[in-house]
Amino acid sequence: MPSYITSYLEKSVQVTPGEAGNIFWAMVYILCVFGGVSLVVVCMNWLERKILAHMQIRLGPMRVGPHGLLQPIADALKLILKEDIIPEGADVLVFWLAPLIILLAVFSVYCVIPFGPTHAITDMNIGLLFMLGVSSLGVLGIVMAGWASNSHYPLIGALRSSAQMVSYEVAMGLAVVSAVLMTSLNAQGTGTLSMIGIVQAQQAQHTWFLFKFFPLGVVAFVVFAIAMIAETNRAPFDLPEAESELTAGFHTEYSGLRWSLFMLGEYAAMIAVSSIAITLWLGGWMRPFPHLLTGPIWDLAFSLFPALTFFGLAALALYAVGRMWKVPYFRAQAIGLAGLAAVFGLIGFVLLLPPVRTGVQDVYWFVAKIAVFLYLFIWYRATFPRYRFDQLMRVGWKVLLPIGLIVLVLTAIAGVIFG
Amino acid sequence: MTPVATPFFFYMLSGLMVVGGLFVITRRNPVHSALALIVTLLAQAGLYLMLYAPFVAGVQIILYVGGIMVLFLFVIMLVNLERTEREKPFNKQWLVGLAAALALGAMFVGVYVKGRALLPEQTVSLPEAENTQQVGLMLYGNYMLAFEIASLLLLVAIIGAVVMAKKRI
Repeated sequence: MPSYITSYLEKSVQVTPGEAGNIFWAMVYILCVFGGVSLVVVCMNWLERKILAHMQIRLGPMRVGPHGLLQPIADALKLILKEDIIPEGADVLVFWLAPLIILLAVFSVYCVIPFGPTHAITDMNIGLLFMLGVSSLGVLGIVMAGWASNSHYPLIGALRSSAQMVSYEVAMGLAVVSAVLMTSLNAQGTGTLSMIGIVQAQQAQHTWFLFKFFPLGVVAFVVFAIAMIAETNRAPFDLPEAESELTAGFHTEYSGLRWSLFMLGEYAAMIAVSSIAITLWLGGWMRPFPHLLTGPIWDLAFSLFPALTFFGLAALALYAVGRMWKVPYFRAQAIGLAGLAAVFGLIGFVLLLPPVRTGVQDVYWFVAKIAVFLYLFIWYRATFPRYRFDQLMRVGWKVLLPIGLIVLVLTAIAGVIFG
Repeated sequence: MTPVATPFFFYMLSGLMVVGGLFVITRRNPVHSALALIVTLLAQAGLYLMLYAPFVAGVQIILYVGGIMVLFLFVIMLVNLERTEREKPFNKQWLVGLAAALALGAMFVGVYVKGRALLPEQTVSLPEAENTQQVGLMLYGNYMLAFEIASLLLLVAIIGAVVMAKKRI
């Protein structure tokens, strides 16, 4: 058995655990991804409120823990302890299944997300199709939730959601196809749908697909970036749960733990679609300027970034400790925050070690790009007013779809001429 | 990587399809029928995967489950459910149904009895990695005309739908 475990760690094995057929390491990766995503969702819960609050010149959560850092834990406790209500006249089985289907669909997508050349649970030769297909199953969960609640607002939310998802999937698909076309610009002329293969194609062509055939890559990326916000039901396209019109949309009747599953699904879907965009256009796990700034010095400089990030977080926490009120009531909070700073600093020091430094490179850059996308999601929410439903449909069908088609045709022409 | 427990997965997926199909025709509530149909279609995608056709499986999920079934549910939710639930779900055309079922059953029995002589001994096994490329080459090479005719038919259907939906053009 130990040889089964160690055989995957040998230098000659350069594939993902799923391809190597190593069930033990596949399980380890699955647990890491599931734990990591759950942790990020908890952090996002706090960050979203805090960033939104600061953008609106408020303080946001401040009471539970220093700067409200323990707020997500308090929220989770509240949600778990809350009474689980199933409305009378609801279709119990469907009501019960809906949040599970959303979670299942979202977390299945993580099977093929390439955090590094070998850091994915598995690699499929239809990876991209798999991601788009399985993430489109999420809408089924929303529709089921809305219908099973046997109530008006959730039903309207579900109807809006299904119309919106089906409309924006078209534009999304066209943008994705134009990126897949770019992977076929090699000597053999064959493209790939495998997520790892797409990033390797960008590596081979010495460019991110964002900058390929400028401005075609950028336009396709923008079409995808707009469609992906609509796909995840986030502001400004959050009509299925528009609180001013539908109280909470499709999850109005849900409470407690079930409601928190919807929340988890929404944030996990945000991470999943961001990672599709990153894989297709932003070079996946590649560090910035991998072919422009080459050489050992630049390699060293970029490999220090993970440690510097954690040192920065530690410095931020220490600065907050310094600004803490010097009264006994806040002493426990100050000590806790100083402990957090110490933990961040320690992680930073571990990341300075050369073997760790090179090992986490790929994962770090992928996660850093995801973090930028998640910040953008929050920023959009604070900036843009919600669309009306007819405006939403107009944007989807009359703006994004034609642009996507034109970009696809132009990319094909450019590929024939310059490729 | 060699396949694991192939007969088990085949029987599981086939069983799921049969059970799902039965639920589709026996449930009184149309939404439940649609959900059972989704289970059937997903199990079918699994069968495609077992036949080393990953592209077809992916397209099956995207088109049928993610697209068509969502629209199905959309329409079912808009129509009046109370009326359909009181109606008898089965049609009166049991004679035609019986004839069709008998013909299908006879075909199944025939295939089971004489299958070894009818079907080729060995199937062409394409490498899994080339499946998507092969589908593309076939569609845009050998079956170009059929592909274009299908797209033309879809265009006609779209225009027809718009004409029927819009009162004034």
